[in-house]
Amino acid sequence: MGKCLWQAKPFTFIFSQMSLEKVSVSEFERKNFKLELLSKSDQKGILIPLLQSAQDYYGYIPESAIEYISEIVDIPPAEIYGVVTFYSQFRLKPLGKYVVRICEGTACHVNGAKNILRVLRNDLGIAVGETSDDGLFTLQSVACLGCCSLAPVIMVNDKTYGNLSPNKIQSIIKDIKTAL
Amino acid sequence: MTEIKVGLATCGISAGGELVFDELEKEIKKHDLQIELKKTGCLGMCYEEVLVEVVQNGSSWLYAQVTPDKAKKIIENHILENHPVDAWILADNGSFRDNSFFDKQKRIVLRNCGVIDPGSIDEYISQGGYKAIQKVLKDYSPDDVIDVITKSGLRGRGGAGFPTGLKWEIANRSKGSKKYIICNADEGDPGAFMDRSVLEGDPHSVLEGMMISGYTIGANEAYIYIRAEYPMAVRTLITALTNCEEKGYLGENIFGSDFSFNIKIKEGAGAFVCGEETALIASIEGKRGSPRIRPPFPARKGLWDYPTNINNVETFANVPWIILNGYEKYASLGTEKSKGTKVFALAGKVVHTGLVEVPMGVTINEIVFNIGGGIKNNKEFKAVQMGGPSGGCIPASMGDLIIDYDEITKTGAIMGSGGMIVLDETTCMVDVAKFFLNFTQNESCGKCTFCRIGTKRMLEILERITAGEGKENDIEQLEDLANKIKISSLCGLGQTAPNPVLTTIKYFREEYEAHIKEKRCPAHSCVALIDYKIDTDKCTGCMLCLKKCPVDAISGKPKEPHTIHSETCIKCGICYDVCKFDAVIIN
Repeated sequence: MGKCLWQAKPFTFIFSQMSLEKVSVSEFERKNFKLELLSKSDQKGILIPLLQSAQDYYGYIPESAIEYISEIVDIPPAEIYGVVTFYSQFRLKPLGKYVVRICEGTACHVNGAKNILRVLRNDLGIAVGETSDDGLFTLQSVACLGCCSLAPVIMVNDKTYGNLSPNKIQSIIKDIKTAL
Repeated sequence: MTEIKVGLATCGISAGGELVFDELEKEIKKHDLQIELKKTGCLGMCYEEVLVEVVQNGSSWLYAQVTPDKAKKIIENHILENHPVDAWILADNGSFRDNSFFDKQKRIVLRNCGVIDPGSIDEYISQGGYKAIQKVLKDYSPDDVIDVITKSGLRGRGGAGFPTGLKWEIANRSKGSKKYIICNADEGDPGAFMDRSVLEGDPHSVLEGMMISGYTIGANEAYIYIRAEYPMAVRTLITALTNCEEKGYLGENIFGSDFSFNIKIKEGAGAFVCGEETALIASIEGKRGSPRIRPPFPARKGLWDYPTNINNVETFANVPWIILNGYEKYASLGTEKSKGTKVFALAGKVVHTGLVEVPMGVTINEIVFNIGGGIKNNKEFKAVQMGGPSGGCIPASMGDLIIDYDEITKTGAIMGSGGMIVLDETTCMVDVAKFFLNFTQNESCGKCTFCRIGTKRMLEILERITAGEGKENDIEQLEDLANKIKISSLCGLGQTAPNPVLTTIKYFREEYEAHIKEKRCPAHSCVALIDYKIDTDKCTGCMLCLKKCPVDAISGKPKEPHTIHSETCIKCGICYDVCKFDAVIIN
């Protein structure tokens, strides 16, 4: 196990074997996941990779997962909560089926990202940080997607759309809605 | 043997690269062709993506702006009938028909980007890869490496420009039972994407630089701290690390020496402040990414209190080249105090957006006009923003300024990690300052009072000004707060956060005054200060603006003057752009 630890989300398997309803650390995970199995240096700094794995599995970080991780790493839930809320990647609520990330980087900003955002808000009926009532769309803003040469840019789930205009963004959203 | 390479870094993919790749694959199968289809990284010409290169019998043709339809034509005409499609060709045998983009560039860091397949360690090796580390392990003592790097004049490319040789020397001299190397790939500056392109296009050069650094300071373990927003770079790195392990380039006793080295990836979780080295270390340790007081510097007391050397992606990528080509060659490029090259992410209102690598000492005008091809839509060049939220705006009047750490610092901006955003006459400088302050204010970790609250107060003032509610002494108050934030913040984030505001006040004070005193935005950009109207004399009722309006804020009948309803109008300016009769006016 030690060898594959540099993989991005190495601990997803723990969560895949744990049901959300039944969270207390039972015999089961003590058997399946033992910190002692990891080398000393891998144990250190394990909290963020664990949280990332949890989010990768559930799509967000449920409260029960925080309690669960707390027992694994022996860090109080309050401290873990502090870490979760510090980093913008972590979410405490589930996301919509389509996560629309609008880039608010400098290049996008000067190329009219605000207009794209206004159209998105209008078409999806949600503000940044919100998820639509039908659970389909979540609108997020990110500091920079690093595709500045294609500004303005949005990302829908893992797909990037560049060189946008308000009209182009409308047809992208329309396409997604019709494909549903 | 024929090869076809498709540029599939993030920029290529966003431009539709995967569709082109799929189409080529389909066509190759359909015609049962013996062609090796390969993926490559970013050549830097993001404005010409999707780039497709055909390599045949020692000759090559580079096609620009390829779409799936064009890809099909390339297979039909070029491959099957042996007629290259002349109109779409950008370069033949590596020489560009219009060489203005590459003319002033010197590619050291980007030497392999867009040339090799980043997923193939053998292609990196074929370009002289992993020769530098073998040379170092065989012939160099750690002090020899320090000497070479120091004499090369390499300075930290993350932004601050600390001499790399000296940094390695301090880490080498620090005592510790264990030492660490960290590669800072938390490229957080909005407008910067150099590190992403290097990691996606040539990951092994970074790994090799880290190995050399590890040998030099006596570290056997390393981390790459990479931001979570770069999923593709993470995947490329994982492949590269796997290949290295398989070849025995990482692990115990690498290249038959007694030096052992391991590299792990740590994915960031989205916090700009983690680009600061002590915050980054806290984040690897699994804590909130708050910076701490320096000294002790990480070179003495870093990760888990062991001596740690942190360098940026671009810095590491320079190292193998310097070892192989000699420090003299590197130091011969650049100015007296800034040697070598610097990669810039050129974006904004410039024609050629993309990644450029220039020797230090070229001027801003040369980058914007010669390499960048000038300003889009024949607008007027107004300023460049350098250094992201820690940097500032350099006005067009100072376009002859040379790229050099110290010269740029004198203007109030900083070299920074390499974001260079070109601004034109339609960009409001107050709005740009507000944009960056909004960013730093959001990203402040909250530890230092002035950074936490001071930036908030500054932002409120800027919001007022751009909303047309500016007050008489707002500029003075901004300057006062800015100076206090600079001196009372612990880390670089707070110390530099006011720079965008201070430089825009310094060079564009009249714009601030126009907003405050005349309630006017000279760039017609601040929505609260502008209004779109239709000139009923000029409007022919062609319905074009009405159809294009994304929020249906325009009403009217064919051949009758239209009306814009300001209550629903989002002031996006589309009607202004599409009107052929200049009938839309901005008040």
